[in-house]
Amino acid sequence: MNVTLQIWRQEGPDVPGSFKTYEVAGISEEMSFLEVLDVLNERLVTQGEEPVAFDHDCREGICGSCGVMIDGQAHGPQLGTATCQLHMRKFESGSTITVEPWRAAGFPLVKDLVVDRSSFDRIIEAGGYITVDTGSAPDANLTPVPKPAADIAFDAAACIGCGACVAACPNSAANLFTAAKISHLNLLPQGQAERWARTENMVEVMEEYFGSCTNHGECEKACPKSISIDFIAIMNADYLKAKVKNRRLVAQ
Amino acid sequence: MTLQLDAKVPPGAIEDKWDNHKFSVRLVNPANKRKFKILIVGTGLAGASAAASLAELGYDVEVFTFHDSPRRAHSIAAQGGINAAKNYKNDGDSVYRLFYDTVKGGDYRSREANVYRLAHESLNIIDQATAQGVPFAREYGGLLDNRSFGGAQVARTFYARGQTGQQLLLGAYQAMARQVAAGTVKLHTRSEMLDIVVKEGRAVGIVARDLISGAITNHSGHAVVLATGGYSNVFFLSTNAMACNVSAIWRAHRKGAGFANPSFTQIHPTCIPASDEFQSKLTLMSESLRNDGRIWVPSRIGDDRPASQIPKEERDYFLERMYPAFGNLVPRDVASRAVKRIVDEGKGVGPLRNGVYLDFHDAIEREGRQVIQERYENLFEMYQRITDEDPYEVPMRIYPAPHYTMGGLWVDYNLMTTIPGLYAIGEANFSDHGANRLGASALMQGLADGYFILPTTIGDYLAGFLGQPPVPTDDTAFGDAGQEVRDRVDRFMSTRGSRTVDWFHKELGKIMLEYCGMSRSEPGLNKALSEIPALYEEFKTDVRILGTAGGLNQTLERAGRVEDFFELAQAMCVDALHREESCGGHFREESQTEEGEALRWDDDFAHVAVWEWTGDPAKPELNKEPLTFEAVNLSTRSYK
Repeated sequence: MNVTLQIWRQEGPDVPGSFKTYEVAGISEEMSFLEVLDVLNERLVTQGEEPVAFDHDCREGICGSCGVMIDGQAHGPQLGTATCQLHMRKFESGSTITVEPWRAAGFPLVKDLVVDRSSFDRIIEAGGYITVDTGSAPDANLTPVPKPAADIAFDAAACIGCGACVAACPNSAANLFTAAKISHLNLLPQGQAERWARTENMVEVMEEYFGSCTNHGECEKACPKSISIDFIAIMNADYLKAKVKNRRLVAQ
Repeated sequence: MTLQLDAKVPPGAIEDKWDNHKFSVRLVNPANKRKFKILIVGTGLAGASAAASLAELGYDVEVFTFHDSPRRAHSIAAQGGINAAKNYKNDGDSVYRLFYDTVKGGDYRSREANVYRLAHESLNIIDQATAQGVPFAREYGGLLDNRSFGGAQVARTFYARGQTGQQLLLGAYQAMARQVAAGTVKLHTRSEMLDIVVKEGRAVGIVARDLISGAITNHSGHAVVLATGGYSNVFFLSTNAMACNVSAIWRAHRKGAGFANPSFTQIHPTCIPASDEFQSKLTLMSESLRNDGRIWVPSRIGDDRPASQIPKEERDYFLERMYPAFGNLVPRDVASRAVKRIVDEGKGVGPLRNGVYLDFHDAIEREGRQVIQERYENLFEMYQRITDEDPYEVPMRIYPAPHYTMGGLWVDYNLMTTIPGLYAIGEANFSDHGANRLGASALMQGLADGYFILPTTIGDYLAGFLGQPPVPTDDTAFGDAGQEVRDRVDRFMSTRGSRTVDWFHKELGKIMLEYCGMSRSEPGLNKALSEIPALYEEFKTDVRILGTAGGLNQTLERAGRVEDFFELAQAMCVDALHREESCGGHFREESQTEEGEALRWDDDFAHVAVWEWTGDPAKPELNKEPLTFEAVNLSTRSYK
């Protein structure tokens, strides 16, 4: 099949960027979307044009490195699928496909389709962990975790940190990402000791980088792991409670 | 032989060695720990767990990763699980049995003492990870669930759906993030180590390139830890992530670190077969699928009927036929070779006849779709996304692919390489898996090394340097290493050839897969050893890298990695040629039983082959660490 790619090219954050059009002919519908970019890049190098920079690594939809806007949709048209797992059989031969980087103030552009998502690491550093020094853990079966709680915590923990939720959000909010991590830890018995401090700290660092949630729900649709926005409700409830609980804990 | 290969295995009975060692190592006073700087390269399970644990102890830690976030490391893609000898299932498991299975599974080419320690620490890993909030699968009573895994007859594998690696890595990453926030870990992302710095025989720092600015910078520490994973990408098509490479450990090798058993490669039996020539990587389907899936091909060559229309009696369930005791659960090397044999016979299925069926029909009938879905849902979805076939209805097609490298930097019992002060942990070292790794043991090793072993052993080395500051980064040792790195970058940028880096990588991969893949022979390896240098010469003069070195340049990054693969590939072939026996994943056609199984020669090859850099990649010098087996008797592996 043949496709036309309109790809955002930008040398760096301080240089204006623009779309460039590339015809990519003779590809197979068994190929993944990123393999088409590979083929394009091979041809560009041969023709003497600098290849398109894009982040990618595992190509199994788990590392969260890849992610571009494809025709205005984060990770493209297939639900619950990261860009690397999107295959060309989802496109018509002859179609024009627009490819852009994540666009959000919290993700400054680096080059072409590559953005800087280190703000996500800052949110995790603010409290996305359970404090347990190596060696100090009790036996793993000491604390039973009801299966439903464990399963729901897992659903949240499945987040791959790709940033599609932010890219899809009209407000560039990172609530789904932050809520997923907070919920994963707050739903487990092991996470209770730091529950309220974690929630307050993570939400507040999130707000330094990202916009506010206004319940559009775009994030859930864009999420390659189909993480539910119900977790945002859990986070909001915990945040509200944290404002009281954290004070009460101090008063004790 | 010029390398000093003192394994420093502690005295005592196998079960006492680690305790004896912990008591005999020198300690660093808690107040003094912050005076020692440790550089860690890589943030996978081994690197992140080591960084977190060392920082908790009070050391001053700097961490380097070429990813944009530590959480991207390829440990994240591990699917199936992690072994631990908890015996929660009451099925006769024990530390000793896990140790025994691992030594046997590795076909008696690993170091006993290290393996025992690994099995012992497996218990602590599960406790640690659970306390961190890793959401392992649970039973309805709320306690942890286990499953069995290839090569084992007990259920000792803990798992988190098909995303065990992801969840364990996030646990380690989060523990490290806590230390970043506390200021005890300094994190350098998008920063690639391009060389290590050695002064007076000791590792004293690294040279790294900032992948965004292109700046090449020096970093100094009292010790350097390489946690940089494996090198299956030498085959181009593998299950490894695109950026996985050998460069960090290869650069260390060039600076004097012995490289052990480079040819020991694991070809994983259950991967999705390649669909076309553009394919950039292969996708693994977790080995856990073999618990419920049955592997078969049509008995008759050229039987093109859809799978569902082939009656049972016209199917060859060849693993069950060849290995009645273990059936579909034979270790990876055994399964891979059997699949290759069947496909080579022309019985392959699929449009390119390059796979065999992995069929869940019987399991779904027996257990119900719901149960199977709960166990493998994300794997089935992944398979469907890639192939557009529904594995609930049509059997999966699978074929082996390079997956893991048991070889790596030689390390002693302390995980220190032959360069004092340089440590290698996780897949980057060679120590625990011998000639074949059992399923669900890679995660275990990465975390045992990082959480429990290195934090204990590294103090023994550091204690000797109390009161000495790290070597300043303007020392001549740094100047020389930095200059070499800059010269190399300049050489790449000025080559201005005609072919792409990937073209060379693909060609190299084809040679390696053909002659140094699932089966190897003397003529084949010699052929590879004549073809690789020729291709490498062409690479040096004809590779084309556009753009500049003064900013993000992904082609330049790959060029350095592929060049190191060219040198490594030669060492792999030399090693495979040296090892005239077959063992584990290393199958020499000249050394097989009448039934085509691997035939070991314990008298001549019960040793670790440790290669020393001589300046000529095709002529490394051989050093040997003899392997002695005191706790486990050397015997022929049988899975029949």
